Amino acid sequence: MTDLPMSLKTSPAMGQWMSFEQQGFVTLRTGKVELGQGILTALAQIAADGLGTDLGRILPQSADTDLSPNEGMTVGSLSVEVSGGSIRLAAAQARAALLRAAAQRLDVPLDRVSSEDGTILKDGEPTGLTFWSLSGDVDWSLPVTGDVAGAPNSLVGSSPPRIDLAAKYTGGGFIHDMVIDGMQHVRILRQPSRLARLVAVDEAFLTRRHPAVSVYRKADFLALIGADEYAVEKAMSEADRFVTWDNGTGRWTPPETAEPEVFVQGDATAGAAEAGSKTFVARYSRPNIAHGSIGPSCALAVYDGDRLTVWCHSQGIFELRAEIARCLSLETSQVRVIHAHGAGCYGHNGADDVGLDAAIVAFAHQGQPVRVQWSRSDELGRGPVGAAMSARIEATLSAEGRISSWNMEVSSASHLQRPGANGYINLTSAEALDPDNAPKLIADLPAMRGGGASRNSVANYDFPQHVTVSLDASSPVRTSSLRSLAANLNVFAIESAMDELADLAGADPLAFRLDHLSDPRARAVLTEVADLAGWTKGELGGDGEGRGIAVARYKNKGCWLAAVADVEVDETVRVKRLWLVCDAGLLINPAGALSQIEGGAIQTTSWTLKEAVPVEDGQIPALDWESYPILRFSELPRIETRFIVNPENPPLGAGEATQGPVAAAIGNAVARALGQRMRDLPLSRDRLMAMLLSD
Amino acid sequence: MISFTLNGKTVQVDRSGDDPLLYALRSDLGRMATRFGCGQEQCGACVVLVSGTPRYSCTLPLSDVEDATVATADGLADNRIGTALIHAFEAENAGQCGFCLSGILMRATALLTEHPAPTDDQIAEALDDHLCRCGAHPGIIKGISRAARTLSEGAR
Ligand code: FES
Ligand code: FES
Repeated sequence: MTDLPMSLKTSPAMGQWMSFEQQGFVTLRTGKVELGQGILTALAQIAADGLGTDLGRILPQSADTDLSPNEGMTVGSLSVEVSGGSIRLAAAQARAALLRAAAQRLDVPLDRVSSEDGTILKDGEPTGLTFWSLSGDVDWSLPVTGDVAGAPNSLVGSSPPRIDLAAKYTGGGFIHDMVIDGMQHVRILRQPSRLARLVAVDEAFLTRRHPAVSVYRKADFLALIGADEYAVEKAMSEADRFVTWDNGTGRWTPPETAEPEVFVQGDATAGAAEAGSKTFVARYSRPNIAHGSIGPSCALAVYDGDRLTVWCHSQGIFELRAEIARCLSLETSQVRVIHAHGAGCYGHNGADDVGLDAAIVAFAHQGQPVRVQWSRSDELGRGPVGAAMSARIEATLSAEGRISSWNMEVSSASHLQRPGANGYINLTSAEALDPDNAPKLIADLPAMRGGGASRNSVANYDFPQHVTVSLDASSPVRTSSLRSLAANLNVFAIESAMDELADLAGADPLAFRLDHLSDPRARAVLTEVADLAGWTKGELGGDGEGRGIAVARYKNKGCWLAAVADVEVDETVRVKRLWLVCDAGLLINPAGALSQIEGGAIQTTSWTLKEAVPVEDGQIPALDWESYPILRFSELPRIETRFIVNPENPPLGAGEATQGPVAAAIGNAVARALGQRMRDLPLSRDRLMAMLLSD
Repeated sequence: MISFTLNGKTVQVDRSGDDPLLYALRSDLGRMATRFGCGQEQCGACVVLVSGTPRYSCTLPLSDVEDATVATADGLADNRIGTALIHAFEAENAGQCGFCLSGILMRATALLTEHPAPTDDQIAEALDDHLCRCGAHPGIIKGISRAARTLSEGAR
């Protein structure tokens, strides 16, 4: 028996994964959720392969805590690896069971029956039997054992159109579009910061000005409710006139932080004092970064007096269910969370928070369905934001021009405050209901599971290393997981330092990297991207034009990606071109992987050039797309991407591969263009001007 | 009552003329393809065509469309350009989460009506008031360019 994927251990029965009740179709259940990355298409493809049917027969269902296997969260780039593996085994075993049932009905040995798109053949001839007519003969409660080999991969490697997309732009399909009869529209008047306390609400003013809107208040949680969405929206826009907050500045008591983690590779101090060696020290940083989904968070909920049902676009519906129950003192079994499609999700954003918002209001209004819609400002600044962090690198270069010691100290706000993490609720309105719900401990994800602040803090190079990773809880700003977590800044720091050290050694940055790199697949992506971009030794720019290179293996165990960036710098930085080479093993859906890589590279370019969540007095001010600009169509780099594909290698998610290397390649290119290095992200116009003026 | 033509049919809405068109479309008429993204004319998710011109429905007063012709993404499949765009977007796998697409497709409809053969730079320029957080820009540009090619082949 093969080692089973985790989700098959918790949800072993075949029938938990697929059923054949609907004639001609296969209902596919997955605990994984569509986040705009096309995962449902990829999983349907795997099921179709396993069952040997057309893709069109597979109907993937949205995750539902009442019906779906619990596969944990849809995070990182692991969805296809984890859920895909389970579905592949479940589908293969389901097909085998159906074929056995067919052999029994036909009273022939198993090797004389086969199936084609769900119909049963005997000696290659039709029998009139189908998966659907045989489904009743199979015991679907039997566990998936993993010892049935899957069907040949006819679909893997092709790129069928996304099954969910066209319907979305010509009509409904997002949670925002769901309508429940008689539902009321809700806006939450958020605390200006987690420390703010609600002093007063002038309900008389509200009733006078907005008679169609009512208010629901519980502690510092404040909701406006009305039948007409725009009426509620209008009332919210006047909140300043009827709500008084005490903003709580200076009230922050930082939670405890877990002990720093230390990673040692080789003897990191050995080379430090050698004759002729040079030392190098630099510190790199990034600010808090907003998720910035184009569709602000939204959720619906209804409470029937016994059970509370919540629809939302959470990445982890089972975890959210538990925390909603805890927050409202309900049994977990009394809460049902159903996933519905949200706009693009790049990590732990407001999706869980809005689920609790809707739950609180619905729970207080039995029988009344409610729909909560967040504002643009709340979406940018009131959900968790990507964590600010810094990394200091101290290294020694030997007389021979090799790195002989490497000491890296990472300090980071938390990348891991999802619902339930470290035993805390971690939902914004939980703190509005009771400030004591705030987390009292911040700890990282274990390095074994990819780490949080420690992610990619150990450089994928051969030199000896000493790495210390500490958490910093000094800011009350709520931070959590954003695409690639700390890999973005850690790789930016490591790959910037590699360039700076190459300069110190008087070496070409590409050659210098290859000199310290034995991992064959890392070398392959690096060499190939250099070829693709036409890398010429010694021609790295200057005078406002520059070229940079970088490489990383995501999480040190995921996919490999190397990038070359060409930039132009005057008063701003423009990324003209990007070349990317990725080794993500077997590609299940090449178009999907390409859009993850290119989309990731564009988002990273935006982070790198523009993005920083402002923090004033420990609070994030109101934000919009003018105060928090992102990359626009006119600012796009031209991107060329190549995959190194070896179908023998297992598939590795590609969604978070670019955040480190692309940021670093841009940083390195900018340093060449300016002849001077910017070590603090973003490489924005303001930063650039400040640096140029300080010369 | 305010009446206007929506995707070829006359509709009537009982709502203040000061309210934005977006809420008439979504709350009163149940046409969900037009999206709320910011409510501040900053993202383009809500763009519709009013007498062929792209407008932000999140701020456009309903009274401004009285007796006018409004086209939204709900009606894309009913016209030649819209159909070409849908097919081209499918062929190019354009879009990731898709939230930005309905506004972008309306802008693209206006662009292709005026410039049947835009260059990639012209497409990017036309879309500059639209934000896409997924980084789906390259596919979107390819999709629009492919639709333009199909349309010109069909016209020949
Ligand atoms: S919703 Fe109208 S521009 Fe953003
Ligand atoms: S595809 Fe997600 S915002 Fe554009």
